[in-house]
Amino acid sequence: MTAAVAAAAASVLLLSAPFDLLSRLVGLWSDGLGWVGEQLGIAMLDYVFMHHAFLVGALIAVMAPLIGTFLVHRQLALIGDALAHTAFAGVAVGLFVNSVLGAGISPYVTAVVVAVIAALAIELIAETTDAYNDVSMAIVLSTGFALGAVLISLNTGGLAVGINQYLFGNLSTVSRENAVLLVVLFAIVALVVTVTYKQLLYVTFDETAARVAGINVPWYNRLMTTLTALVVVGAMQIMGVILVAAMLVVPVAAAAQLARGFREALLASVVLAQIAVVAGITLSFNYNTTAGGTIVLVAVGVYIVAVLAGKVQSRRAGDDLPEREGAEGGAAERGAEPSSGGAGDDVAGAESAD
Amino acid sequence: MSEVSNGASAAGDGGDPLVDVRGLTFGYAATPVVEDVDLRVDRGEYVGIVGPNGSGKSTLLRLVLGLHEADSGTAELLGHPARAFAERERVGYVAQDVTEDEKRMPITVSEVVLMGRFPHAGFGRVTAADRDRARDALETVGIGHLADRRITALSGGQRQRAYIARALAGEAELLVLDEPTVGVDAESVDAFFDLLDGLVADGLTVLLVEHDIGAVIEHASRVVCLNREVYFDGDPVAFAESDALDRAYGTNIRREEGGIRS
Repeated sequence: MTAAVAAAAASVLLLSAPFDLLSRLVGLWSDGLGWVGEQLGIAMLDYVFMHHAFLVGALIAVMAPLIGTFLVHRQLALIGDALAHTAFAGVAVGLFVNSVLGAGISPYVTAVVVAVIAALAIELIAETTDAYNDVSMAIVLSTGFALGAVLISLNTGGLAVGINQYLFGNLSTVSRENAVLLVVLFAIVALVVTVTYKQLLYVTFDETAARVAGINVPWYNRLMTTLTALVVVGAMQIMGVILVAAMLVVPVAAAAQLARGFREALLASVVLAQIAVVAGITLSFNYNTTAGGTIVLVAVGVYIVAVLAGKVQSRRAGDDLPEREGAEGGAAERGAEPSSGGAGDDVAGAESAD
Repeated sequence: MSEVSNGASAAGDGGDPLVDVRGLTFGYAATPVVEDVDLRVDRGEYVGIVGPNGSGKSTLLRLVLGLHEADSGTAELLGHPARAFAERERVGYVAQDVTEDEKRMPITVSEVVLMGRFPHAGFGRVTAADRDRARDALETVGIGHLADRRITALSGGQRQRAYIARALAGEAELLVLDEPTVGVDAESVDAFFDLLDGLVADGLTVLLVEHDIGAVIEHASRVVCLNREVYFDGDPVAFAESDALDRAYGTNIRREEGGIRS
């Protein structure tokens, strides 16, 4: 734990230099949004915390589906959930350290550290057991959450009060400092994905072919999981631990219904996530509902619309695609033929060739 | 015999084999799946590996590609140890389960083919020239009109061609195929082997694992018959006339009896 504290302290120091600049940029965004609100008479833009909420929300709605697209299409959606729960342990560590040592470390910073460690642990388990299995993932998930719960109950004093904001997210607690942290996380995620997009895509599409092509698959798996940890902690501020994984999955699932290509799916998932976040935050403000839950409900609504639209689209496409039927006929034939019969056919084929 | 006549590139390093496997033994458990296998593939060859189910054909291929670590012996690909994964842009790979439909990932045929350029691009950007090459490769295999379809919307035969196009887009010199015709209808299989013949004529080297022995005898320039060990390695006509097939396919039973006796 001391190592985690040291790392957290180091990252705080690291952030402090460009912090002022980023903080000023967040201030500019806030001023700009306030001006727009004034001009258009949008009451909710009177509040600075709403400026931060929209900034954080917009960034989340880019990076969550960005990473989620790679995860979902490898059937690894559960990783986001597991990491969110370990990030909760990280929050608890931060709160614990702050109350014991009186240090002023942001719990989100300790959450980043703990979630990244958990991410690498998940990869280690996956590499040694040669599979991502849902059992080990469930173990990591519950360990993280249990650790968080225990740490918090250890000094119940003032801690239980603020815990809801981490579990369910909170718009009004997004401080300028937290917004800056999110900008940093966003920059890291966006930069890394831009540079390694091709490798990540290859690994996602076909891990074996990627290895044959000389791509270091375990390395990219570790990178992917680490990025997931960053995204999860970033999104936790307004989504909350429990619902954060939804942002990695729901917009991506919706986009997969509509898009044909991967790039198209990435773009669509970001657009759909933006819709969910902007509508969700607005509704949450106006009806005094919890932000994370509202955003997820809007996202699920978008998903349902996408499924229906996808059905209509494929029916229409099916009408003018005769080849498609041939493909299905072939598949049916294949299914009907028992696999043991195949070997017999081979020998017969060889004999006739003789 | 035919490798000498093959293209200008043969003049440069025609002497170096693309695949060089010596005394290779590998097993998942105590009993080896492949044992003491020697295999050398020279530039321009069209080698078909046949053998009964569970004979270690696919495992041998995976060893050649560096996906497994050999228990003993060596596997070299393009003159490098297979596990070093060097110069892999020169290798194209078509896997067994290309018709597997479970994964409904949204990705178009042209996006899949463009992946062949990724090892060349590294961390750099994919250029217009890369896209042109991918498009040309799609035309070569005759599915240019399907470029914007989802890969999962193609038939098994069309999907095979897409994966070959990916290898061609990467300018692969060696094409490695693991049972590429599983789940592909008979007509498409014929067209598929015709396509391979054409590519070999253009100078591509092919290493193919295939359950359809008739097709291998008809098309390949060399047959390797494997059942844990190499039973035959040579000319397809000689293979068809030999008893290697019977020995290889009957051997499982004999092995078991031998095991009981010893």
